[in-house]
Amino acid sequence: MRESLSAEWVKLRTMPGTKWLLAGVVVATAALSAIADAATRCPAGGCPVDLARTSLTGIYLGQAIVVILAATAISGEYATGMIRVTFTAMPRRTAVLAAKAAVITGLVLAAGVIAVAGCVLAGRLILPGHGFSTAHGYEALSLGNGPVLRAAAGSVLYLALIALLSLGAAAAVRDTAVAIGAVLGLLYVVPIVAAVLGNSGTARHLQQIAPMTAGLAIQATTGLRALPIAPWAGLGVLAAWAAVALLAGGAALRLRDA
Amino acid sequence: MTTTAGTGRVPGTRAGHAGFGRLLRAEWVKLRTVRGWVIGMLVAALVILGIALLDHSSCGGTVTPGGPVITGAGCAAPPSGPGGVAVTDSFYFLHQPLAGNGSITVRMTSLTSGQGPAGLQPWSKAGVMITASTRPGSGYAAMMVTAGHGVRMQYDYTGDIAGPPGMVSVASPRWLRLTRSGGTVTGYESADGSRWKVVGAVRLAGLPAIVQAGMFATSPGSSLSSSHTLGGSSGSGAPTVAVARFDHAGLTGQRPGGGWAGTAVGGPAPGAGFREASGTITVTGTGDIAPYVAAGGAPGTAIEQTLLGAVAGLIAVIVVAAMFMTAEYRRGLIRITFAASPRRGRVLAAKAIVIGSVTFLAGLAGSIAAVVAGEWLLRSNGNSILPVSAFTEVRVVAGTAALLAVAAVLALALGALLRSSAAAVTAVVAAVVLPYLLAIIVLPAGAADWLLRLTPAAAFAIQQTTPAYPQVSAPYTPGNGFFPLPPWAGFAVLCGYTALALGLAVVLVRRRDA
Repeated sequence: MRESLSAEWVKLRTMPGTKWLLAGVVVATAALSAIADAATRCPAGGCPVDLARTSLTGIYLGQAIVVILAATAISGEYATGMIRVTFTAMPRRTAVLAAKAAVITGLVLAAGVIAVAGCVLAGRLILPGHGFSTAHGYEALSLGNGPVLRAAAGSVLYLALIALLSLGAAAAVRDTAVAIGAVLGLLYVVPIVAAVLGNSGTARHLQQIAPMTAGLAIQATTGLRALPIAPWAGLGVLAAWAAVALLAGGAALRLRDA
Repeated sequence: MTTTAGTGRVPGTRAGHAGFGRLLRAEWVKLRTVRGWVIGMLVAALVILGIALLDHSSCGGTVTPGGPVITGAGCAAPPSGPGGVAVTDSFYFLHQPLAGNGSITVRMTSLTSGQGPAGLQPWSKAGVMITASTRPGSGYAAMMVTAGHGVRMQYDYTGDIAGPPGMVSVASPRWLRLTRSGGTVTGYESADGSRWKVVGAVRLAGLPAIVQAGMFATSPGSSLSSSHTLGGSSGSGAPTVAVARFDHAGLTGQRPGGGWAGTAVGGPAPGAGFREASGTITVTGTGDIAPYVAAGGAPGTAIEQTLLGAVAGLIAVIVVAAMFMTAEYRRGLIRITFAASPRRGRVLAAKAIVIGSVTFLAGLAGSIAAVVAGEWLLRSNGNSILPVSAFTEVRVVAGTAALLAVAAVLALALGALLRSSAAAVTAVVAAVVLPYLLAIIVLPAGAADWLLRLTPAAAFAIQQTTPAYPQVSAPYTPGNGFFPLPPWAGFAVLCGYTALALGLAVVLVRRRDA
């Protein structure tokens, strides 16, 4: 296992795209969060805004780059034929997938911590100037606050689980474009469908089982009762999606010719 | 001994359309023979239909978190007006028949709030009206004083002409007059009853020989400021009542024997009615005479809701279109393609036409099926579908297919620019789908509007059937299905980005080695 880990680490580390994608995750996440902070105003105070959630809006965009990083880590090998070399060197295919999962999780967690730190920093700097000040009864965004810490740490875990979901999906379908399309479709389309369907039971069920709406429940710090699913339970739903995708990917790797 | 084919063209081919026709055919064969791409296009069409079948809402029913299903009160379809659009038509009307040409003149001395829990709304209104009949949805023209928007002439629900600003009071009354001449109704207003100014003249189609002329009052429900929540914005209102006082009422051209008769148009309402005492007539009414806007929880489903699956179909189409380009690079086929057809710009144009046309047809099939099946499903669950004109319906369905087609060309162009399917698919999804998602469920309304003006996601405006009417107060936010740009302007934004990407792609593909 140590060999496969180090092999995957070298492969990912020496790919020129990896560091750009990781930097992209950080920049995209922090930038969209800053834009969302800047767009949210409440001059008179008393607005029902979830400040932690607003500050972490960038995850919506950052996750798309995480999907590229994780999906190409395996589908890229299929595209170039590298996968045959990999499996020749390490015939235990599930171990290869596990090693990839471990390396990618580590990288995404690292990038996620920096990205989320940037989001929280942007929120602290921008939001008080837009009416969300202590004078209006809003607490400054702080990781010392339990729910805010849960939202921030949960967002980092969310990115890692999205990476695992993408890796599993890419291992199962092998083609980069199809894997990315499928994962992004699953993430982005279901919330839109649920939102437009409105206040119906179908919409609520969709929000409970869809990976993004369930997983991002972890970002909520206010109005927890109105959430379609509780924060940690929601992250659990995403973890289940990631586990199923990895199992399907692992099974596909074992059963199919490379 | 060498036999060279020479540099000339193969006999029988020539530059121009015949050559381009071959190119189109070649690209069509490439697309048709990759099974995965054909499946992708079928998936796009089927997913549009499939999501239309997800909508199991029934007759205004709502589910509160953890609570029981509450069946909505208003399950009946709103009436449709002369233009075929859904309308709200509910007011109190004191009227007499008017035969042939004639006019109605009245002095209005006050407009105040009735017993309603909320005060007057900016669009509370009262005045004189000439209408084809007292059936809801009839054609009409009215001269009115509104609580917050001055004197107006409104007609056939969507028409709205501004007159002078200001409210009425006993100290500064307002004279209103409507004159019918054939199919034309002209509205006048005056401060003193002697010097009259024309506010507007409108032609009403299908006005019968005998019309109803009289005084009306109505007041829309209060619009609570819509709060932004994760599920979009919502607003609901309490009913309000307008009380208007008139005197000096005079009709010319009335039928002999006709007297004032009161009708609560659109059904009786609490508090609505009229009183007449020593020449002063008081009319009390509630409701609205305006286009119907199904925002803020009002019943009625817009047909674009059946085309919700276009977002999902879009992703399938983007994947196929990006691969249609990037697969050539990955397999090295691009070198053969360019060897066979050295004019690279034309190759890209042929690819764009093929992927655009195929996507349009797949999208059209999916959209038509989704609208037909979705409407059937909604109706069978007792929902009312807001009527739209045939032109609007065609625009929404064909526009959805065109949106998919143009987005496919954008994905193709980005595939040529980036030469990576991962980057192209993600870029197009992040540019078209993500802004729409952020606008409807994440960002506050102001930022959402800007996002839907500036990004290619503006094109979803092509699906909007109900415009944002200035004469109706409603939460006109993207979350409620109202886009900041008009339908074709929004679509043009996507076309602009696509033209730019395709132009850049042509330049770069010519410059770079294949």
